[in-house]
Amino acid sequence: MVNTKVILSGLTLDNPIIPASGTFGYGYEFAEIYDINCLGSFSFKGTTKEPRFGNPTPRIAETPAGMINSVGLQNPGVDKVISEELPKLRKCFLKPVIANIGGFSIDEYAFVAEKLDKEDGVGILEINISCPNVHNGGMSFGTSAEMAAKVTKAVKAVTTKPVYIKLSPNVTDIVSIAKACEYAGADGISLINTLLGMRIDLKKRRPIIANKMGGFSGSAILPVALRMVYQVYDAVKIPIMGIGGVTNANDVIEMMLAGATGVQIGAANLVDPYVCKDIIEALPQVMEKYGISSLKEIIGGAHNG
Amino acid sequence: MAMKQEFFKIVSQKKIAKEVMLMILSGKTDGITASGQFVNIKIGGFFLRRPISVCDYDENTLTLIYKVVGEGTSAMAKMNSGDTLDILTGLGNGYDLSVSGNMPLLIGGGVGVPPMYNLCKKLIKEGKRPSVVLGFNGKDDIFAEKEFVTLGADVYVTTVDGSNGIKGFVTDVMKDLDYSYFYTCGPEPMLKAVYDLSKTSGQFSFEERMGCGFGACMGCSCKTKYGNKRICKDGPVLVKEEIIW
Repeated sequence: MVNTKVILSGLTLDNPIIPASGTFGYGYEFAEIYDINCLGSFSFKGTTKEPRFGNPTPRIAETPAGMINSVGLQNPGVDKVISEELPKLRKCFLKPVIANIGGFSIDEYAFVAEKLDKEDGVGILEINISCPNVHNGGMSFGTSAEMAAKVTKAVKAVTTKPVYIKLSPNVTDIVSIAKACEYAGADGISLINTLLGMRIDLKKRRPIIANKMGGFSGSAILPVALRMVYQVYDAVKIPIMGIGGVTNANDVIEMMLAGATGVQIGAANLVDPYVCKDIIEALPQVMEKYGISSLKEIIGGAHNG
Repeated sequence: MAMKQEFFKIVSQKKIAKEVMLMILSGKTDGITASGQFVNIKIGGFFLRRPISVCDYDENTLTLIYKVVGEGTSAMAKMNSGDTLDILTGLGNGYDLSVSGNMPLLIGGGVGVPPMYNLCKKLIKEGKRPSVVLGFNGKDDIFAEKEFVTLGADVYVTTVDGSNGIKGFVTDVMKDLDYSYFYTCGPEPMLKAVYDLSKTSGQFSFEERMGCGFGACMGCSCKTKYGNKRICKDGPVLVKEEIIW
């Protein structure tokens, strides 16, 4: 019997598979088609202080081996998330869940974190300082080491739950930002968020996405994510959730060898709703094929020697 | 109402109008619960699935009519009998037939015509007397007229250029008809014109670029008088009273 358990900041997960925020809603759509309790955990839709409709449509464009989205953090706001979504979510998912938090100021991040800190079912707070689809916030916190540290400190001050900072790949030096978060008290790092991208409609001669640019995700970005996880693993001691282009069990192993403890699955959920379940079922066979008895032991394995 | 992933085999495929294909597939259709729902089709070499409205279905057969509009649908049009497709079925809310009254009006424009077919079939089976208005740009674009006549509906065909049927828009016919309720699907300017002219309540099927097609990504959200809705999951059918243009 192979062992797929991993530990994220004291939280033991049955396996490292975690649907990424914004690709899994609050779990309901997936709970209709399979028992989502097979997941290690999942990161629910990004939550902000106020309700947000998000960006105008079209919000979606296809790319070779991926897609661009510009949803813009649509969510009902933290109060409704706590009063309506979380009680419903708890009925279909019994394990600790990851609360993803978005914001437009340091105070807003702290405000939402403080509220979600009181929710029993929430195991980890994941702070999104890397959303490319909102102005005056989001990614602007994630592209400066100083701002990233400030957000981290502010959130850490209001919660006892582990705090993971979700970083943007749209930076010149991911390592310095990750180190700044660690120094400011972050319990872990989630990376990468989407890459800023664009597609243009040939007939209309205009960007397809109404907001012109959006976040590029899907299997095409796996190598970028692997590279950044590898670089950050070398530089920090806190655990990493690897995100970006993972679509199968081999990709999961690769991400863990690069340095990830948890592995988030994003865009793949949208085109293959069973993908996380399929990966979890395939993991033991793939582990056996590569002589892995315990997943924990391969974290960062590509760095040895 | 839950989606299902099924593998379908292409039984046949043929061109029935300019850039319009008719594809008949065999496979399990028990995920489909209402007229006006859609399916989401995986096509080799493309990341996103392609959402296509259901034209008709029975227990083991799925009929799709789709327009070749881009690279994905071009690839689909080149597929052969016997090829297998990975399809998510039972997506969207579909039309509510219970409010149709005895003389419902069905209005389809262009590639918005297909979902009207199964709806018309079901309404006639329930003993209703539907009128059907089909709008096209020109004679080369017309399809499915005979099929609706065969079902037993009163059928009116309009073309914008007058090359066949009544010259003008669907609304030029609609304005003189009596109806108890209406159902429509087509390009947004047509939907808006129908909305403005309509004398009763009705249901509108909308189109939007989608990510997942089953409510997870919030890629196709719209604002309604009843709150934010996802076209793919809470739609594609919205009732007249909730629409914000």
